[in-house]
Amino acid sequence: MGSADILSTLPELVLIATALLLLVMESAAEPHRELLAATALGGLAIALVTALGYGADGLYYSGMLQVDPYARFVSALALVLAALAIMVAVPYLRRTLEERGEYYSLMLFATVGMLLMVKAQDLTMVFLGLELLSIPLYVLAGFYRHRSSSNEAGLKYLLLGAFAAGFFLFGIALLYGSTGTTSYSGMAQAINSGTELSRVLTLAGFGLLLVGFAFKVALAPFHMYAPDVYEGAPTSMSAFLSTGPKLAGFATLLKLIAVVFAGTMVHWWTAIWILAALTMTVGNLAALRQDSLKRMLAYSSVAHAGYLALAILVTNYDSGFAMLFYLTVYVLTTLAAFGIVSLLEEGEESAMPGVEACKGLARRNPWLAAAFTLALLSLAGFPPTAGFLGKFFLFNATLDAGYLWLVILAVLNSLVSVYYYLRPVVAMYMQPGKNTSALPIPRMLIPALLALAVVALGAGFIPAPLVHATASAISAIL
Amino acid sequence: MIGDYLPILFVFLLAAGFALGALGLTHVVGPRIKTRVKLSAYESGVDPVGPTHSRLNVRYFLIGLVFIIFDLEVVFLYPWAVIFREQAAQGPFILYEMLFFLVVLLVGYLYIWRKGVFEWE
Repeated sequence: MGSADILSTLPELVLIATALLLLVMESAAEPHRELLAATALGGLAIALVTALGYGADGLYYSGMLQVDPYARFVSALALVLAALAIMVAVPYLRRTLEERGEYYSLMLFATVGMLLMVKAQDLTMVFLGLELLSIPLYVLAGFYRHRSSSNEAGLKYLLLGAFAAGFFLFGIALLYGSTGTTSYSGMAQAINSGTELSRVLTLAGFGLLLVGFAFKVALAPFHMYAPDVYEGAPTSMSAFLSTGPKLAGFATLLKLIAVVFAGTMVHWWTAIWILAALTMTVGNLAALRQDSLKRMLAYSSVAHAGYLALAILVTNYDSGFAMLFYLTVYVLTTLAAFGIVSLLEEGEESAMPGVEACKGLARRNPWLAAAFTLALLSLAGFPPTAGFLGKFFLFNATLDAGYLWLVILAVLNSLVSVYYYLRPVVAMYMQPGKNTSALPIPRMLIPALLALAVVALGAGFIPAPLVHATASAISAIL
Repeated sequence: MIGDYLPILFVFLLAAGFALGALGLTHVVGPRIKTRVKLSAYESGVDPVGPTHSRLNVRYFLIGLVFIIFDLEVVFLYPWAVIFREQAAQGPFILYEMLFFLVVLLVGYLYIWRKGVFEWE
């Protein structure tokens, strides 16, 4: 081990150093809290530059981590996502007088976890990354100590998350028992050459891993925590909770299946088929009945996990590409949607704005209403937004693999989802609101809204750059 | 294949049988003499006073958590020390590695100190 190893983890090291600096700043005698967010964003910016530019591709840390275009793409997306999530959080935290260094510090630690998960080339590393992502999120979900809903969210997430981590760990143990190793390449060799101790043990191990991942990305029936946690958590945190773990979870699971378990997936097709069908149906049907915007977006995120599971089912070049494209669009639009919801909370009594909070928004803030509409249309999959293209690529890849009925179900689900995505739009444009004064739009929210416009509209009209980026990233593993 | 695990099943049965047998045997064979003193709650020999469900100060939990964290830190130092000599021959990386780990813990220590975890008034 030496300098090449250190250089390969430079983004992670920069983030950890920044997170520690934030803790030191927070424990100063008179903390300068207005500098905290800028410091965190500076660290993320440096990490982004190093993630894209530094170090050669290859295996590092005795084969524990692998740097390749796939890891670089997902890392860059995770870093951008974290930066935007912090920018969404700043005005929210300041308005509720809860701005403290711990929030940003924990966000950066969670981001390190995401980067490690997708770079990992060994299951122990995946577990380490998964826990480094999860534990800060448990704390952040319960960050508002004085709100009982936030406490409930934190505790629920912790208890169920710890339980899911147990499944994950047990899966690793079974796979180690069967193949005698936890490294991707070693397991792949044992499975493909048939030298594993027992195929049953391998399959059981993968099944338990799948349960762990399904919890993290909220696939039904492991999604029960999602609506309560996303609703109770601070809204700026729900934005990250519903995007970050999904990004890292799906990216890691796809790589794991593509690199290691491709040969055994035939035994799991039925199970994943059911998971995908159940998740999108449950998510969409439950979202229909929600009045709270946060709960509606939470169920919508469950439904999107169901669509993304189609890519896990198929796992070929086309589906992998479609999944990365879909993930990119999904995380940025969902983040912006939650960011806008966090603004709507202002002046509401319950801190959980319902659809009626949108009434008359088109009069009060025409641009904000337009941005929210764009986000919802993209999530629903209307052309010409990028959400439509993502669904098109994903369903097309699934159809090519021969899952006609699943694609029919997915399309029907998309139709159902239009109803609940359009309810806030109708409220914004067609119903007069009580309040007519314009909401002040914080400057920090503008980058998130711009990212939304670029990815939802820009990639919708001119998809070539994003298509090229995701296609070259996916060709590293599939 | 499954047959390989038969000895483990026997160990399970033996363990369960031993536990149940010992409990059952004392239940059946042992004499039972009940007195008022014997049936009272045992509190280190002192007469029990007041309800048993009392609230504990949250500081106990904080100290407990901090203790566990720093206890685990020391556990990580041992395997590091075992391979130190062998790895140090290949360069100072292993030293920096542990220094980095200790700096991370030190910052955590500074943080909890400044946040008043150790203050008891």
